[in-house]
Amino acid sequence: MPELIFQIAIIVAKIVILTFMVVLPLVPVSVYFERRFSAVIQDRVGPNRVGIPLTLFGFKKDFHFFGLIQPIADGLKLFLKEDFTPAHVRKAFYWMAPALTVVPALITVCVVPFGSPISIFGHTEKLVIADLDIGPLFVFSVASLSVYGITLAGWSSNSKFPFIGGVRSTAQMISYEIALGLSIIPVIMYYGDLNLSTIVQQQADHGWLLLPLWGHDADHTFTSKLLFWFPAAIAFLIFTISIFAETNRMPFDLPECETELVGGYHTEYSSMKFAMFFMGEYAAMVIGSALIITLFLGGWSIGFGLDAMVANLHIGDFYFGGLIHLGCFMTKLIGFILFFILVRWTVPRFRYDQLMKLGWVVFFEAALINVFLAALIVAAPQLKGTIIGIGAVLLVIVTAAVIWVAKVSEETPKVLRA
Amino acid sequence: MAVVKLQRPKLNFGEKIYFGALIKGFFLTMTHAVKTLRGKSVGADELASSGLGVTMQFPEQRWDEHLPEYYRGAPALVTDEQGRERCVSCQLCEFICPPKAIKIVPSEIPSDDPWAKVEKRPLEFEIDMIRCIYCGMCEEVCPEQAIYLRKDYLITGLKRADMVHDKKKLYEIGGTRVGLVNKWNELK
Amino acid sequence: MSDTPSATAELKLPKDQATEKGLVNVQIDGVWHQFPKGTRMIEACRQAQVIVPHYCYHPKLSSPGNCRMCLVQMGMPPRPTPGQEPQRDENGYEIIGWIPRPVIACANTIGENMGIRTTGELVEKCREGVMEFLLINHPLDCPICDQAGECRLQEQSVQHGRGVSRFVDMKVKKPKNVEIGPRIRLDDERCIMCSRCIRFMDEVAGDPVLGFTQRGAHTTLTVHPDRLLDSNYSLNTADICPVGALTSNDFRFQMRVWFLKETPSIDVNCGTGTNITIWTRENKIHRITPRLNDEVNSAWMPDSHRLNFHYIDGEARLTEPLVKSGSRHLPETWAQALASAAAEIKAIPAAQTAIIASGRMTNEELFLTRALAAEIGTSQLALVPRLAEADALLIAADRNPNTTGAKLVLGVEEPYWKLNSIRDGVRNGSIKSLIVLGDDLITDADFTAEDLGKLDFLLQTSVLANPTAEQAHIVLPSAAFAEKRGSMVNLAGRLQRLNRAVEPQGQAHDDWEILRDLILALSGGKNEVYHIEDVFKALAENVSAFNGLTLSKIGHQGAQIADTGYQIPLLANERARKAAGLING
Repeated sequence: MPELIFQIAIIVAKIVILTFMVVLPLVPVSVYFERRFSAVIQDRVGPNRVGIPLTLFGFKKDFHFFGLIQPIADGLKLFLKEDFTPAHVRKAFYWMAPALTVVPALITVCVVPFGSPISIFGHTEKLVIADLDIGPLFVFSVASLSVYGITLAGWSSNSKFPFIGGVRSTAQMISYEIALGLSIIPVIMYYGDLNLSTIVQQQADHGWLLLPLWGHDADHTFTSKLLFWFPAAIAFLIFTISIFAETNRMPFDLPECETELVGGYHTEYSSMKFAMFFMGEYAAMVIGSALIITLFLGGWSIGFGLDAMVANLHIGDFYFGGLIHLGCFMTKLIGFILFFILVRWTVPRFRYDQLMKLGWVVFFEAALINVFLAALIVAAPQLKGTIIGIGAVLLVIVTAAVIWVAKVSEETPKVLRA
Repeated sequence: MAVVKLQRPKLNFGEKIYFGALIKGFFLTMTHAVKTLRGKSVGADELASSGLGVTMQFPEQRWDEHLPEYYRGAPALVTDEQGRERCVSCQLCEFICPPKAIKIVPSEIPSDDPWAKVEKRPLEFEIDMIRCIYCGMCEEVCPEQAIYLRKDYLITGLKRADMVHDKKKLYEIGGTRVGLVNKWNELK
Repeated sequence: MSDTPSATAELKLPKDQATEKGLVNVQIDGVWHQFPKGTRMIEACRQAQVIVPHYCYHPKLSSPGNCRMCLVQMGMPPRPTPGQEPQRDENGYEIIGWIPRPVIACANTIGENMGIRTTGELVEKCREGVMEFLLINHPLDCPICDQAGECRLQEQSVQHGRGVSRFVDMKVKKPKNVEIGPRIRLDDERCIMCSRCIRFMDEVAGDPVLGFTQRGAHTTLTVHPDRLLDSNYSLNTADICPVGALTSNDFRFQMRVWFLKETPSIDVNCGTGTNITIWTRENKIHRITPRLNDEVNSAWMPDSHRLNFHYIDGEARLTEPLVKSGSRHLPETWAQALASAAAEIKAIPAAQTAIIASGRMTNEELFLTRALAAEIGTSQLALVPRLAEADALLIAADRNPNTTGAKLVLGVEEPYWKLNSIRDGVRNGSIKSLIVLGDDLITDADFTAEDLGKLDFLLQTSVLANPTAEQAHIVLPSAAFAEKRGSMVNLAGRLQRLNRAVEPQGQAHDDWEILRDLILALSGGKNEVYHIEDVFKALAENVSAFNGLTLSKIGHQGAQIADTGYQIPLLANERARKAAGLING
């Protein structure tokens, strides 16, 4: 019995620490980064004022610290605003929708490995809330629930513009989920495992998927890794861009649009309910980044063969390498969030038909072909040369055919061209 | 309206796959970010930047000395060199005011007043500074040159009522304006 | 042309049909028109949609021709030498020989085959010159002048003036801000000596107290020594003054005219039903001016009626329903007040209930009053007569504006005669419940507070607090004439329309809505009448005189629906002067 209580305490501690003290604070922090980064891109300053008003207590100067308190002030403001529910909405769904966007994003946190295991007093604990063996599948199945949040928000608002926003986002998110799912199949095939912890451990030992420069041995030759780099890069590209679309970030932020839809699916929302949509968007961005890092960029791994050494660092019984890995993971995460922000302030948004075309005509086909390409490369060592050759030729033909079809479909029929 | 048929530009393969432009864009935005952080943004010097971007840090830094001659701040009433209130409450500013910020109650000047010959003056003159858009139309339309846009731009208040400038406040901001209209002097 | 027999060809021409109808052919700006003989040139131009600028000319006054603004170029066919055939164009009109010097259009009458040019270099130069002369001594104090915005001098200076003054000398000083009458202020510097006011006081008001003194540039308008401009029609001079020389004390410096919204309506101070324009801004009436109607009031109205609107937002105005409790009246909601009124009325037998309506009610309200009487089941319905002295112009002896309408709507020859029996009934106790609609019984109908104190129930609807309301158990605030839409019939049998210029003050309701709600409270029925138009429709179906009419069909000039034989004295004067050729309009 004490063993069980200890287990539960550990799980609760992990949930509290990793979800509410690591990931959730990243949301306001990334909002702050977004504002400051966009400001410097646009030759401005950004929020640099909100701090601790020490002058109120008789000190000479206020404590600004680059305005880092700004997110707290923002949150407080949203929290204290009047929570207004319009009379014409469908109440149950209207209330449910904001929760449905935040909760899935936070649930997916539980399979993300934050660092290598920590060991203390002979007890080893993995830095992941639930070490599931179906990690990516779990992530997709849960994350795809968040589409309900936006759709329900748009529909239950019972107002035209939010409805259009909701419909747009439904179509967009469902379309890109296909590319998202297909694009990581090569990765999973390569590792032969669905457990994210194992995938990261493999990357730590034998080089990151996109940086396979160390840990070569008989099973993991440099040539095979280099060969797989190409499908991996394609998968990375498709996956990253699809994550942008899934999180409704620029350049795919079509569900919201001030000029066309007044606001978007959240037009009728105010106060904390609006803040939850806002949080959901940024939480999704954090989780998306975490997933990309875990799958392609080595997760918590420091790389260059240092990981085993770091994992062994200890003071007495306390093996603290996992904490260093956690730090590494967070650094990568913030770096990728900054990339998200840079993209937002660089790339102009797509038109809706361009978005749909990109999803269905380009990414879907490319991901599909990439699966076969990866399969060929993964299977190559066990196959004869002729079979590889036939496979390669078939692949080229299929690829050419798909490109041709895509090209033909683009042309307007002669009668309509006028 | 003539219909103009636009020819979409023909894109080559490089432009079609979009990545070149994307990376060029990243460079552009990052260049701006770096320049901003180094305080070397274009126009930072002319705009008296605080060292980050082109922004001036208000209220520590004020741009009072940078205000141009034609700056349009708070509208105010002026008196002439003899202390006569120039406004005769013709209500043209009230009429022209696009956001309807001005409200005037006209009145007759009592016969024992030294300026009784002018006959008319405003009893109340209120400008709602919450509504005012600083367009300067009141100044332009005034036939008596009684209302001017001053350089005051720090119009704040804790209540809505604070933001309504009454006649007293308007003359306080406006002060005396010399010259221009001599219509009501003995010389007429 | 010479081949055809000219006699037959000419008879077919349109120009020749004029003579048969007693008209003459006139060419105005190149287009031929036909007008009755004796028409003034300026009036002919106006009928041809060509406005000749003018100051002194007024269609209802004689034409002295002293402003010289209406100069036009005139032409007549040259007189042929004996034996010579006049030259004609293809339509048979004689070729016009244009006179090289201009004539004034206001004082000259048209003649056969006359030509008038209202544009062209000569005419435009003349106007520019006249404008410059007029402006030489004009003070240009438009910012303080009340006339600004409706000032002919301003308008025509923009249209025909030169924009810049060449005058360098001192302007002539004249008296300013002169009180020439109790309601009129004179500014002589602004005066352009058009003499309209002088002619009005002489010809229409019959009280010639104004006149010019001095000469030349020093000509000054003034009032006769020892006299004041105190006629009851004096404010009309401010209306017709083309500049701001004469202004109304009541409207002086109140509001610029360009802010004001105009609502056409009618005056309710006497049976004449003078047509008026109500000038409002933001739910406040600023002034009332007469509106042209040649069948009612011409272009004039008495001062006493014109200024009788300040009570509408005055101190005595009732703004919420009041119910008497003890000796005091307490405010109550409409629903509650109407419900308790209905309960009180039902509690007293119909035979002991009487209704006293008012001759100031509109036809629609009287119609609903009839319905109210039917609902209660009483035949005791009377109006309060209000008689005073008539003047010889517009004010009628009957100060109720809708006596004729009451006769038609209630279907009685004499709507007042039952009042005495009701009064006696109240005094001897046979009437216990009294509904008074709009009138003050104590002041106007010889009731005393003691009489009214005998009643078990007294309901009054009223615009203002009054002694009768003081005695009433329930007082319902109603709408003043400028706050309601409806129709009235004047003494001459002309159906005219009131229009809503401002919203009722406070919680006051339109009278017809009060009556409707009272009927509904009594009957317990469901409301099916939402618009005053519906009431008029029902009225038109039930009362033969109104058959086929709707409120919008009445129009702003009214519609004649009955012949009462009543003559408005001012119109008789005007028609006589028109027949004598003194005026044209």
